[in-house]
Amino acid sequence: MAAITGPTLRRLPKLRQDAGQRKAIVSSMAYHAPTLILSLLMIYPILWMFASSFKVPTDIWKDVSSLIPKQPTLDNYIKGWAGFGGVRFDTFYINSFIYAGGATLFQVVSSAIAAFGFARIRFFGRNFWFTCMLLTLMLPVQVLIIPQYIMFKQLGWINTYLPLLVPRLCGSAFFIFMIMQFIRGLPKELDEAARIDGCGTIGIFFRIILPLIQPAMITAAIFTFYWTWEDFMGPLLYLSNPKTYTLSLALRGFADPGTGTDWGAIFAMASLSLVPVFAIFVFFQRYLVQGISTTGLTGG
Amino acid sequence: MNNSVELARSRSRRAAQPAARRRVALSRRELSNHLSGYLFISPWLIGFFVFTLIPILASFYLAFTRYDTMSAPVWSGTENFEKMIEDTRYWSSVRATLYYVMAAIPLRLIFALAVAMLLNSDRRGVGIYRAMFYAPSIVGGSVAVAVMWRQVFGTEGLVNFFLALVGAPRVVWLGDPATAIWTLIILAAWQFGSPMLIFLAGLRQIPAQLYEAAAIDGAGRVAKFFSITLPMLSPVVFFNLVMQTINGFIAFTQALIVTDNGRPLDTTLLYVLYIYQRAFQNLQMGYGAAMAWVLLGVIAFVTWLLFKSSSRWVFYESKEGE
Repeated sequence: MAAITGPTLRRLPKLRQDAGQRKAIVSSMAYHAPTLILSLLMIYPILWMFASSFKVPTDIWKDVSSLIPKQPTLDNYIKGWAGFGGVRFDTFYINSFIYAGGATLFQVVSSAIAAFGFARIRFFGRNFWFTCMLLTLMLPVQVLIIPQYIMFKQLGWINTYLPLLVPRLCGSAFFIFMIMQFIRGLPKELDEAARIDGCGTIGIFFRIILPLIQPAMITAAIFTFYWTWEDFMGPLLYLSNPKTYTLSLALRGFADPGTGTDWGAIFAMASLSLVPVFAIFVFFQRYLVQGISTTGLTGG
Repeated sequence: MNNSVELARSRSRRAAQPAARRRVALSRRELSNHLSGYLFISPWLIGFFVFTLIPILASFYLAFTRYDTMSAPVWSGTENFEKMIEDTRYWSSVRATLYYVMAAIPLRLIFALAVAMLLNSDRRGVGIYRAMFYAPSIVGGSVAVAVMWRQVFGTEGLVNFFLALVGAPRVVWLGDPATAIWTLIILAAWQFGSPMLIFLAGLRQIPAQLYEAAAIDGAGRVAKFFSITLPMLSPVVFFNLVMQTINGFIAFTQALIVTDNGRPLDTTLLYVLYIYQRAFQNLQMGYGAAMAWVLLGVIAFVTWLLFKSSSRWVFYESKEGE
């Protein structure tokens, strides 16, 4: 912040002509140096794990703080990829993609459909159901997991992806609300013009609204993907066969304090599990930042 | 009489059509609206009944039963709630959770606000800093980071390494009942990205004229912060405080992995972790459901308290803007 450097700058003698320029450089340095150090400190643990995954196992703890492996090696990745319990890591990776990909697709599409219904159609009981939806927003899911578990168990859905995926077909109150707010910002004249041109309600949704709400749907998709990719409790409750494990469960099994000692391999697989998360972050940062700043979405 | 006029007016407004044509044309159009309305919300509506309403009623019933999932639930009245009062592990989990929430959430919000103020600048590179400060938050809830965190605070880990550099003695972070919870608190405080972005958006909304006027009046940095920034930002502070507090109460993964099931001596046995242990490891579904309802009550109460207190410290501008 410029003004932090204010007092220091005022004390500088204004002797030379280029004092103004120097002042700017000093102020810029005084801002960037501490900010850069702080931000590096923030991501240091992540970089550390990433760097450690390329270190020879004996170096991980001997040379603990360094970010540059002395003898870079891919051994940890090869060993880690072999997985455990006879299941290789690619299975866990595919499982995570099935869960996160399926959940994201289902949840975003169904949320958009319901959001259109609430935002653009006037029907009997709309306000009542809308209030019900807002109430569920405030409900911590912890109240629901026990009866839901019992229900899915009686359906014989344990050790399948059904308990994790089927509820997503019903959308999420949070994203319905978010997309609704977005639809409300679109001019109603669009709907009316389309209706005059002979478009039905379903046509209005698919041809007019759906293309226009892409930004909101992308934001919803990113967050749903993150939350399901990193979800631990859902898979923990419903998946107990290692063949069905997602990355979260596999990493936990891998790093179990009782068995896990090969930290190189654990760090390698943990780093690998974060690659899709960071890839999305790099490509879609704009949507993320907008999503959080405007709707107050909270990650995690 | 008056009422019916009101009703007709509101109806015509609702139908957004000329009143004369209403009766004839509407009945069909309205009927089709009712049908397509329910068609569009049906995914949510079905989910609401099947995955929310029925489970919540079932959960309420289960809270008053003994149920091990093998045999049918047995009605036990308020037994579960009475057991809670005598359950020492239950109180450990309450203590751990309150300690965690009261330490982690203020820390997270203070970091979030401080960094947001640092990044509220037009300088080059601010976007990159913002991404770096936010990065821990997108991975923070993952098992990968939890597994890493265990090693960061391990006896041979990073934190002890840097402590040794400055000559401090090694700390058995995860084994000492006094320090273990702090590994979770620091992990939570490290992930201040979301509230930071929300603060940043709020800071951008504060008109620069206010600061200019204050500068003319001779206000310093501290005075500006307390008399302009903080009051103008108070609605955002309030929003973040409510959301983060609720989030804090339902933390789970960290306590299961970083501190290995609430160890040592249940000092990090967060409430939801204890629900999980009781309901899914000991198969005491009734007890778990009762605990969940107490949690719901506590969250509702704390949220209500925050809302109630907000009239004293949250400053809203005249409603014109919104």
